[in-house]
Amino acid sequence: MSASELGRLAAQSGEVIDRTSPIRFNWNGNSLTGFKGDTIASALMANGERIVSRSMKYHRPRGYMTADFWDPNGFVQVGDDPNVRSGHRLIEDGMTIEPQNVWPSLDRDIKAANGLVGRFLSAGFYYKTFIKPQKLWPAYERVLSTFAPGGKVDLDTPHRYHDKRYTHPDVVVAGGGPAGMAAAAAAAEVGANVLLVEHEHQLGGHLLWGSDADRAVAAELANRVSAAGVEVLTNTTLTGRYEDNWVGIVQRSHPLAVERLIKARAKILVVAPGLIERPYVFAGNDKPGVMLSGAVRRLVNMYGVKPGARAVVFTANAEGDAAAADLDRVGIDVARVVDARNGENVVSASGSSKSVKSVKLGDGSEVEADLLVTATGWTAPTSLLNMAGDRPVYDEGSARFYPSVTVDNVLSTGGISGDGSVDELVAHGEATGQLAAGRASVVKHRVQALTARSVPVAGPEPEWTADFRPELGRDDHPELFRSTTHGIVDFSEDVGSKDLVAAAKEGYDSVELLKRYTTATMGPAQGKLETVNTVAVLAEARGETIEQVGTTVWRPPYVPITLGGLAGRNFEPVRVSSIQPWHEANGVTPIIAGAWIRPEHYGNPADEVNNTRTNVGITDVTPLGKLDLQGPDVPKLLSQLYTNKWMKLPIGSVRYGLMCAEDGVVLDDGVTGRLGEEHYLMTTTSSGAASIWEWAENWLQTEHPEWQVHVTPVTTGYTSINVAGPKSRELVGRLVDDVDLSAEAFDYMRVRTGTVAGVENCIMWRIGFTGELSFELHVPSGYGLHVWETLMAEGADLGVKPFGLEAQRIMRLEKGHFIVGQDTDGLTQAPAVGMNALIKLDKEDFAGKAELAWAMESDQVPHVVAIQTVDPTIVPGEACQILKGTTNEIVGRITSSRMSPTLNRSVCLGQVDTAHAEAGTELTVLLRNGQRIKANVMSHHAHFDPEGERLRG
Amino acid sequence: MLLVPCPNCGPRNSSDLHYVGEAQARPNPSEATPTEWREYLYMEDNPAGWLRENWYCRSGCRQFFTLERHTGSNEFRNPPMPGNKVGGKA
Ligand SMILES: [Zn+2]
Repeated sequence: MSASELGRLAAQSGEVIDRTSPIRFNWNGNSLTGFKGDTIASALMANGERIVSRSMKYHRPRGYMTADFWDPNGFVQVGDDPNVRSGHRLIEDGMTIEPQNVWPSLDRDIKAANGLVGRFLSAGFYYKTFIKPQKLWPAYERVLSTFAPGGKVDLDTPHRYHDKRYTHPDVVVAGGGPAGMAAAAAAAEVGANVLLVEHEHQLGGHLLWGSDADRAVAAELANRVSAAGVEVLTNTTLTGRYEDNWVGIVQRSHPLAVERLIKARAKILVVAPGLIERPYVFAGNDKPGVMLSGAVRRLVNMYGVKPGARAVVFTANAEGDAAAADLDRVGIDVARVVDARNGENVVSASGSSKSVKSVKLGDGSEVEADLLVTATGWTAPTSLLNMAGDRPVYDEGSARFYPSVTVDNVLSTGGISGDGSVDELVAHGEATGQLAAGRASVVKHRVQALTARSVPVAGPEPEWTADFRPELGRDDHPELFRSTTHGIVDFSEDVGSKDLVAAAKEGYDSVELLKRYTTATMGPAQGKLETVNTVAVLAEARGETIEQVGTTVWRPPYVPITLGGLAGRNFEPVRVSSIQPWHEANGVTPIIAGAWIRPEHYGNPADEVNNTRTNVGITDVTPLGKLDLQGPDVPKLLSQLYTNKWMKLPIGSVRYGLMCAEDGVVLDDGVTGRLGEEHYLMTTTSSGAASIWEWAENWLQTEHPEWQVHVTPVTTGYTSINVAGPKSRELVGRLVDDVDLSAEAFDYMRVRTGTVAGVENCIMWRIGFTGELSFELHVPSGYGLHVWETLMAEGADLGVKPFGLEAQRIMRLEKGHFIVGQDTDGLTQAPAVGMNALIKLDKEDFAGKAELAWAMESDQVPHVVAIQTVDPTIVPGEACQILKGTTNEIVGRITSSRMSPTLNRSVCLGQVDTAHAEAGTELTVLLRNGQRIKANVMSHHAHFDPEGERLRG
Repeated sequence: MLLVPCPNCGPRNSSDLHYVGEAQARPNPSEATPTEWREYLYMEDNPAGWLRENWYCRSGCRQFFTLERHTGSNEFRNPPMPGNKVGGKA
């Protein structure tokens, strides 16, 4: 017998392939033909291909075992897409499919020699190998990385579209078998809005590979689902259930997106995933040709594929009996039916590397066969119930786990709830659907009642529907996990029952430890196939029952989600100022700053600095946080938020302030101006715009609800332009008629309201982050572009040029102005920034007062200081450490550094400890390349114009 | 994701809100000892059971409010209270 015994059967009544639509694809360098509807697995087997991969550790040849999504042997590379599950993925015209994890080829794999050195890959080998001696680790790493399974990632792969969707159905049903379809239809028929999610490509579940009568039931249910208006998503899987029935759903069948991640808030979740067939553990159980009964029935009945020429069927249940009957019906020689219910057993399978050739039975006889079918029981995939708090309990009589905990808004039906005829499963599903719809209406009413401000809720709350469902039975099933020989338990991780026994002997005899130590259940199959056998082998090793050993906890995701699917479409708004079109038309290099896109520079930041210091520059500072404050108690709020005094700020004045959290750490800084009797405008840092608003609301709503202050965020309501440089007064003067801009009438730290370029109600203030004479204009945002363009046109003869964030940052560093979050961090208390005069401990209260009082007395606070390197050409990188003398003791770090175009030397700010903060202290700075250089602490924060003559001009 | 019953907006995803936590009563900053102040800053009851805690409806009504939540079941009880600071075991 040879691999060519595989092939295509005559047409089957239930097949899902379209024999009139041939599809050509490429496998391992050969051009093959399948039919529309074929999975890669069915198409390969129809073409006589039995070996599809090599196993992970021992590189043993492997063929299909389950021939579905969970097949541990079916991972292939499709084009640039690695780790494709070939038991599930449908073939497409021109598809290029390559085997993975084979070197140098699928047929002759050199690493199969691992089988000889298997002791190095035994239980816990990761831990044992990775520990000692440490100096050998680089060598281990090189060797191990060549063994790492998985396909090839193509870094040049084209960008593809992934999508996201949010939905709020009444009922989500996970699983479209008979019970799931009946539940979805029944719920929708009584008015619920239902989403039915099916993992496979068709609705129907196990009925699809059953009898003609089974398929008639499936078709009827599918019609009912459709007539009831259920939204059906096939080739789509529920990945997880989270708090309050927030469920993740991955849709692989979207017409435009590679993958779509759906986030649904289900009022009631119905879990109906069916059962997953368990492999049997015996010597040779991973040989190509050893298959599960479900795989064989699926291949024969749905795809018309001949899985072998001569079969032995080991059966413990009706599904195994049906597999034998299916094989017999299509003319495959069933050499022996081994009935576990009569105490018969399979001991081992042997053969060549390509296929099983002979099966040894419990009675000592040997039967020649190229196909060994096993039907030894079920794993209940209770994952979604686990995520809702359920802990499955083992039932000896039916040899599987069942849910044990009642969760009000998560209901289960179908195979995981129990056994029954198709009619019984449908009846249970229907009752579950009605129950789900009843409960969903109560949840809906509650949500409505809690949201009653918008839509009044009608009538009293309906009564919570009690569980009225008939219980499904539990069919007797022999407990079959391991034969008298040892074999593979976890096929994707190549973990055998011997490894598990050895690990248990080494002391890893708790199931959670065992799994991590051996990696059993931790591969791509994620326990779907191997959990129960793992637990059973451990129970045997411990001499206990499965119930005593317990099982592992299933966590999300139920199936893999691609990173593209998780990232998906971004719903976050992107903010730009009204001047953005001008920036884009004028060669801007943009920078992403929080939610904003803003100009970094327009070509050369140093030129922008020089022009601003010589002539006049304008910069778009719209992201600056702006809060409009009105009410009689604004001064009290300002006094509470800032460390300095605010009770007597005159109208028309602007003041700088520092804000601290209650632990004394610097939170934000900025200026606030008084526009009128009870009207102020506060500015915050760009990154603090949202959090300082919340901080102000916190004080107003929780600590001082008696204060009358109204806070309105106006960050995007104004376009903000800073006009800076010696010629800024002349430029602004050309646009403003109704405000006297002279130094006498409008001096430093004053605010005026007036008309700019014909735009009324603009706010102007004289401040100077750049250190130059400057006017900051806050213009109603609809006119921002107009004012900017007018400034550019009117200032042409003055040499006006725009400058970006980088030039602004250079100029502020030349002036020694710190930036919160850059020159300070989450531990920097206010006394560190050298503005103790602004910390007014004689105020009755302000945020952070208590900690600041103690910090002011301490010599343990760090200090923000200006630093200059002795060699003016070296710019130490930000975050370079400052060391104590020639030692390796860290006494600080560089927080900001740039080459100053104004001073033609490098300038820095840094944080140092008290012992190194004195002006003139010589510091050692450790550069990133390991070099140590000398630098000095300066006497003033400002490297340039320390007296501030320019900005006061 | 937890569904938080905002008194103004109705049930909202917890990601729409900012979890403030079990804020404590604020001592007088001019009189508090370091121990008292740091208990206010850092110490929490963190009970396994009913907890009075504060939320800020950041993406909705912008109101601070206090809820009682069971930390085991994530069930909420009693109507929310506006702008309250005192949290902890309930
Ligand atoms: Zn709200």
